[in-house]
Amino acid sequence: MTLRPLLLTNATLCDAANGREAPGHVLVRESRIADIAWGEAPGAPENCETIDCAGLVLSPGLIDLRAFVGEPGAEHRETLASASAAAAAGGVTTLVCMPDTNPVIDGPAIVDFVLRRARDTACVNVLPAAAITKGLAGREMTEFGLLQEAGAVAFTDGLKAVTNAQVMRRALTYARDFGALLMQHVEEPDLVGDGVMNEGEMASRLGLLGIPREAETVMLERDIRLVRLTGARYHAAMISCADSVEIVRRAKEDGLPVTCGASVNNLVLNEGDIGHYRTFCRLSPPLRHEHDRLALVAALNEGVVDIVVSDHNPQDVETKRLPFAEAADGALGIETLLGAAMRLVHTGDVELPKLLAALTANPARLLGLETGRLAVGAPADLVLIDPDVPYVLDKRTLKSRSKNSPFDEARLQGAAAMTFVGGRLVFRSADSNSVAA
Amino acid sequence: MSTPAAPTFPHRHLLGIEGLSRPDIEALLTRADDAVALSRQVEKKRSVLRGRTQINLFFEPSTRTQSSFELAGKRLGADVMNMSVASSSVKKGETLIDTAATLNAMHPDIIVVRHHSAGAVHLLARKVDCAVVNAGDGAHEHPTQALLDALTIRRNKGRIEGLTVAICGDVLHSRVARSNIILLQALGARVRVIGPSTLLPTGIGRFGVEVFTDMRKGLAGCDIVMMLRLQRERMNGSFVPSVKEYFRYFGLDAEKLSLAAPDALVMHPGPMNRGVEIASDIADGAQSLIREQVEMGVAVRMAVLEALAMHLPNA
Repeated sequence: MTLRPLLLTNATLCDAANGREAPGHVLVRESRIADIAWGEAPGAPENCETIDCAGLVLSPGLIDLRAFVGEPGAEHRETLASASAAAAAGGVTTLVCMPDTNPVIDGPAIVDFVLRRARDTACVNVLPAAAITKGLAGREMTEFGLLQEAGAVAFTDGLKAVTNAQVMRRALTYARDFGALLMQHVEEPDLVGDGVMNEGEMASRLGLLGIPREAETVMLERDIRLVRLTGARYHAAMISCADSVEIVRRAKEDGLPVTCGASVNNLVLNEGDIGHYRTFCRLSPPLRHEHDRLALVAALNEGVVDIVVSDHNPQDVETKRLPFAEAADGALGIETLLGAAMRLVHTGDVELPKLLAALTANPARLLGLETGRLAVGAPADLVLIDPDVPYVLDKRTLKSRSKNSPFDEARLQGAAAMTFVGGRLVFRSADSNSVAA
Repeated sequence: MSTPAAPTFPHRHLLGIEGLSRPDIEALLTRADDAVALSRQVEKKRSVLRGRTQINLFFEPSTRTQSSFELAGKRLGADVMNMSVASSSVKKGETLIDTAATLNAMHPDIIVVRHHSAGAVHLLARKVDCAVVNAGDGAHEHPTQALLDALTIRRNKGRIEGLTVAICGDVLHSRVARSNIILLQALGARVRVIGPSTLLPTGIGRFGVEVFTDMRKGLAGCDIVMMLRLQRERMNGSFVPSVKEYFRYFGLDAEKLSLAAPDALVMHPGPMNRGVEIASDIADGAQSLIREQVEMGVAVRMAVLEALAMHLPNA
């Protein structure tokens, strides 16, 4: 089936990879970007569908490097179909699913299963990350080579850190030979202990046990030593505090192949959002102090934080409607990633191209994807963003199977108006009828 | 008294000391003074809660708090039912919220809750229609304990304003300490906390208290010495090396007590570990208020139940 050519005209094109933001037009043919015209509108080709994008920003679709899906094994929380529908509604055209499934994504057959299920049921690109260690047990390496051949784009033990330094050293050493990217959840579990939120005055007042920042920095510093030793590529999945920013900055200054991400939650929320024991704000890494949040925002501007992720982690009532200390970690995020992150733009803290780079071009570069950029020949994975549309988030409208959004009832501004994957429309917001010709 | 003992308690639940104003607290204490007098009579019963149902829902075992609430309810005429977790469906996997919904369907008027998790009582209070009293939630709050401590101090010292109170021991895990810090400061006392750093919460310095890790220095000149219980599982190497070492540095004995004000009084929320945080002769000595605290406990709980009853439907 061939699609009609599609002309997206009169948009503000945001080419984050080149830091360019200007009026322009994009022609899509056969699932790829066929032409980009900055400035004056070109003539529409024959038999072409035209969408007038006045007032909207056209960006490469978002690429989310951290989403927990639940398929296989926890389909009651989320399936590839529901996660991808949520992604599309959030302007995310590529999601990297975490290996914390049942069974764990630690062998080529499971990678193949996920890719086939995604092909048949998902409306966005789904790329599996495979486990670093078999069964996420932290002991034996998985088959990095075979897993990559099967389609795994990166390696991570998901919610767990590889705590054994010897295992981590070998994994890094071996991964280097295959050019594989290891994404570590930087949290030392012994220092987390029974902690459930950021350690400090707030936790003490709530009578909750704290997680010190050192749970993160100790693991991060150890890993960076191992990167120095092995020369392997290393990505700290999510950093949450000011000290970690300094550690990553130093590693980058030293020329080490180190990158890091931050969860949108840590960029726009702080521990105060827990209020009176809101379990939807129970996260790993935990929401930190406001000064940590500000340090992360600055690090995003500076490029020390390379990418922003949703850390999408659907949880159901049974794991969240509990006393805070007994609830599970995690929050929905993929559908609100853009809207929440736009807070940083509307507060004037981050320029839109900078933000979109961390959501498109940078994660694409990390994984070596051809998407994530506005370039002739690139896949037409695109999002039309209505940057100023105000709304109050209602969790009942979310497409995810779970409803644990920390942004429920939050006032947000900015949302996806339309999302295209390979040139096909996969989402159109109810408010965007007027702009669709 | 020229001012009437009017029902000036403007809250539907008692979930913590945080959020109570000084007049709220003083109204409860004054009401509790009346309850003390009543409890010392032969005829101890009143009828303000007649026809009302009070459920004591205890997810953590407790002898003294539960019996204190039971007696308080009964003296006010309520029908009191005790539910403890060991024999309940919670052990069978029912969630706290399901338990709350089930109990709520039985139309209780007051539920008294103790739970091992901070915030659990707030969660439950949002799911039921009746009044809820926090009888201790995790390491968060234990408001009736703080109120009974304040009542005990006020009756013995005649005031709380201006006193120096030392709270000693395992502050980290103590809901009693948190509630007391907030209450005593609200009433104008100066609060010190004393303990090894492993048992002090991070950021305690921002609670407006003076922090001491040397008990001798911390006790100097104190009017009230409030000891906290050290849980058995925290004694051997996890937070402190041994009972012997803990008692040596943080146990209250005659020698350390002599550093406090000459008329200093000693308190303990119970149950005590004699020879761990407090020496037996001090616990039973002339400066000890520990037994009186138990009496005040019943009175304060009567005051709380009575104050909350004002807001019950058809009151």
